[in-house]
Amino acid sequence: MLEIKNLKACIEEKQILKGINLTVNAGEVHAIMGPNGSGKSTLASVLAGREGYEITDGEVLLQKNDILEMAPEERAREGVFLAFQYPVEIPGVNSTYFLKSAVNQIRKHRGEEELDAMKFLKLVKSKMKELGLAEEFLKRPVNAGFSGGEKKRNEILQMTMLEPSLAVLDETDSGLDIDALRIVADGVNRLKNQNNAQIVITHYQRLLDYIVPDFVHVLYNGRIIKSGDKTLAHDLEEKGYDWLIKDS
Amino acid sequence: MSSTAVIDWAKGAAHAFAGIKQRGISMLPFRHAGITRFQETGLPTTKDEDWRFTSLKPFIELPFEIMIESGSQTIDQSAIGDIAFSQHDTDRLVFVDGNISSELSQISEQSEGVIVSNLASASPAIENKIGNLSSEDQNPFIALNDAFFTDGAWIHIPANSTLSKPVHIVFLYTAIKAGQASHIRNLIIAETNAKGTIIESHITLGQAAASTNVVTETQLGDGSNIEHIKLQDQSSLAIHFASLHSKLGGNSCYAFHSFALGAQLSRNNLRMDLTKPGIECTLNGLYMTRSRQLADHHMIVNHAAPHCDSHEYFNGILDDQSRGVFHGRILVDSEAQKTDAKQTNKNLILSDNATVNSKPQLEIYADDVKCTHGATIGELDNEAIFYLRARGLDAQTARRMLMHGFTGEIVERIQQNDIRDELNELVWSRLENEHHLN
Repeated sequence: MLEIKNLKACIEEKQILKGINLTVNAGEVHAIMGPNGSGKSTLASVLAGREGYEITDGEVLLQKNDILEMAPEERAREGVFLAFQYPVEIPGVNSTYFLKSAVNQIRKHRGEEELDAMKFLKLVKSKMKELGLAEEFLKRPVNAGFSGGEKKRNEILQMTMLEPSLAVLDETDSGLDIDALRIVADGVNRLKNQNNAQIVITHYQRLLDYIVPDFVHVLYNGRIIKSGDKTLAHDLEEKGYDWLIKDS
Repeated sequence: MSSTAVIDWAKGAAHAFAGIKQRGISMLPFRHAGITRFQETGLPTTKDEDWRFTSLKPFIELPFEIMIESGSQTIDQSAIGDIAFSQHDTDRLVFVDGNISSELSQISEQSEGVIVSNLASASPAIENKIGNLSSEDQNPFIALNDAFFTDGAWIHIPANSTLSKPVHIVFLYTAIKAGQASHIRNLIIAETNAKGTIIESHITLGQAAASTNVVTETQLGDGSNIEHIKLQDQSSLAIHFASLHSKLGGNSCYAFHSFALGAQLSRNNLRMDLTKPGIECTLNGLYMTRSRQLADHHMIVNHAAPHCDSHEYFNGILDDQSRGVFHGRILVDSEAQKTDAKQTNKNLILSDNATVNSKPQLEIYADDVKCTHGATIGELDNEAIFYLRARGLDAQTARRMLMHGFTGEIVERIQQNDIRDELNELVWSRLENEHHLN
C-alpha cells in the first residue's frame, strides 16, 4: 500500500524529517506517536502535499506510484486522505456543495458514475446518522462556527464519503471528549477493510483503546526510533518517552 | 482637480436651478434652501476627510444636465423583462431618469392603507416629511438633491400592516447624453410593527456618462421589520451617489443590503440613527470592481440608546486597477450601554494594481458594550485552498469555490429566498465572465 523510504524533508531550511522508513500494508492500522516537535504533523503534511516543505531525499510510493511529484488533489484522487489537525473554516461555502463536488471528483477519477443530488443526499445522510451529525450540518458553511468536536467529526464524515485507500489522521483526537472520540474511532473502524490502511497520529494512548493499531511507531527528532505492536503504546503511557530517547 | 473647476461646476449648478423651478412652486423654499446650502459648501475635494480616497474628477468633468423630464416613451416593456428580479412576484415602481413611468410600473392591491406610489403624485400632502432625516447632514450631494430632485418612491406601511409582496423600485437611466443628472428622492415610512421587503435597482440603458444622485429617507416605527436590498448595476461610465438616512424605532429590525457592481464611480453614504432600545440594524454589502471602477461605502452608525445591535459586513472583490473604499464609523453614546456592534470589511484583491482604503472607526463613550471591528485586504487563504485540494478539487476549482464563498457570505444574509438565489447567480455569473478568477 504505502512505502516510505528514507524520507527527508525540511521547512525553511530546517531539517524536520531526517530519514523516515515505513511500510504500511493493506488492511493495517499504524499509530505514530512521539513528543511535540518530533515531526509527526510534518510527516502528515508531506504525505498530503502541503506547500512549504522541501523534500531533500527519499521517496513515498502509494501502490507503487511515487506521490511526491503529485499535486495535493492528485494524491487525494489516488486515495490519500488527510484528516486535518486544524480543519479550515470556509465561510460562505455550503457543506453539501463542497462535499458533493469532492465526492464526484474522486468518483470520476476512479471511473465511477457521479452521484446526482438525490443519491448524494441519501448517502451522506446515512453516513451522518452513523456519525451522530445533525442534518442541518449540511446547510452550514464548511466548518464555519463549528465546535472543535464538530470539525473533527466533519473530517471523519469526509473520510467516510471519500473512501480513501490511505487515511492519515493528524491528531484527530486532540480536543475531543470521550463521546466524540468514540464516534471518530467508530468512523475509522467502519472504514477499515482489507483494501485500505490508516495511519493514526496521536499524542495519547487513549485513542488507541478505540482504534486498535497493528503497529505503533515512535517518531523522535525526525526519525522512527522504535516500532512495536500495540503494547508499545501502553509502555509509552506508563513510562513516557524518556527511556526511548535516552537509548536512541 | 483645480478649485476653479469646482467653482465653475457650482456656477453651472446654480444656472441649472432655473430649470427645476418648472417642477412647480410647492417645494420651492426647500429647493432654494438646498441650492443655497450647496453654494455655501460647494463640492467636496479629496482634502475633505470624508472624501479623501474618492475623487469627484470624473463627475466634475461632465456637463450638468438636470433631468426634468424623462424620455420614457422610448422604453418598452421588454426592457423591464431583462432586469434582475423582474420575474419575481413583486410590485414595481419604475422611474426613468428620476421620473415616474406609469406605463412600466405595476402596483397590485396592497393591504388596506398601504401606499406604494411616487413622491410627486403625493405632493403637497407629504412635503413636510421630506428632508426630516437628511437635512442635518452636511453632505453637499444632499443639498444638491434637495434643490434638484424630481421624483422617487413613496412607500407608507401603516401600523401592524405588511407589504403583501415585495416592492421593487426600478431606476432606469436613459444615458443618451453625457452629463444627464438624475436626482431622486425616496421616502419610506414603516409605522409600528409594519413589515415589508423593498428592492431598489439602478440600471443604465444607454452608453453615455450619466449621473445619479439619490437620497433615501427611511423611518421605521417601533417593532417594525424592513429588509431593503439595493442593486447598483449601472454602466461602466455611470456615476452614482447615494445617501441613505434611517431612523429606527424601538425593537425594530432593519437590514440593508448593498450590491455595488456597476458604475465607474459609486458612493453610498449610509447613516443609521439608533435612538431607541432593542434595535437590530444590519448593513451588509458586496462590491465587485474591475478596470478603473471605484466603489465607496461610507457609513455612520449612531448608537444613542441602550441594548441595540448593529452589524456591518462588507466584502469587496477588486480586479484590474479598480479601487474600493470603506469607511465605517460606529458611535456609541454614553447612554448606549449594552451595545453590541460588529463591523467587518474583507477585501479580496485579484490584481497587483487594485487598491483598497479601509477605515474602520469606533468611538465609544459607554463602558458596558461589545464592539468589534476588523478589516482584511489580501488574497485567498492558502490553507483553505490546500484544504479543498486535499479533498480532490483542483486548484482552479478550489479558488472559484472560495471566491464564491466570499460573495456567498454576504448574499446569504438576504432573507427573501428567491431574491437571494437570483442575486447569488447574478453575482457569480458576473465574476465568472468579467473578472480574472485564475
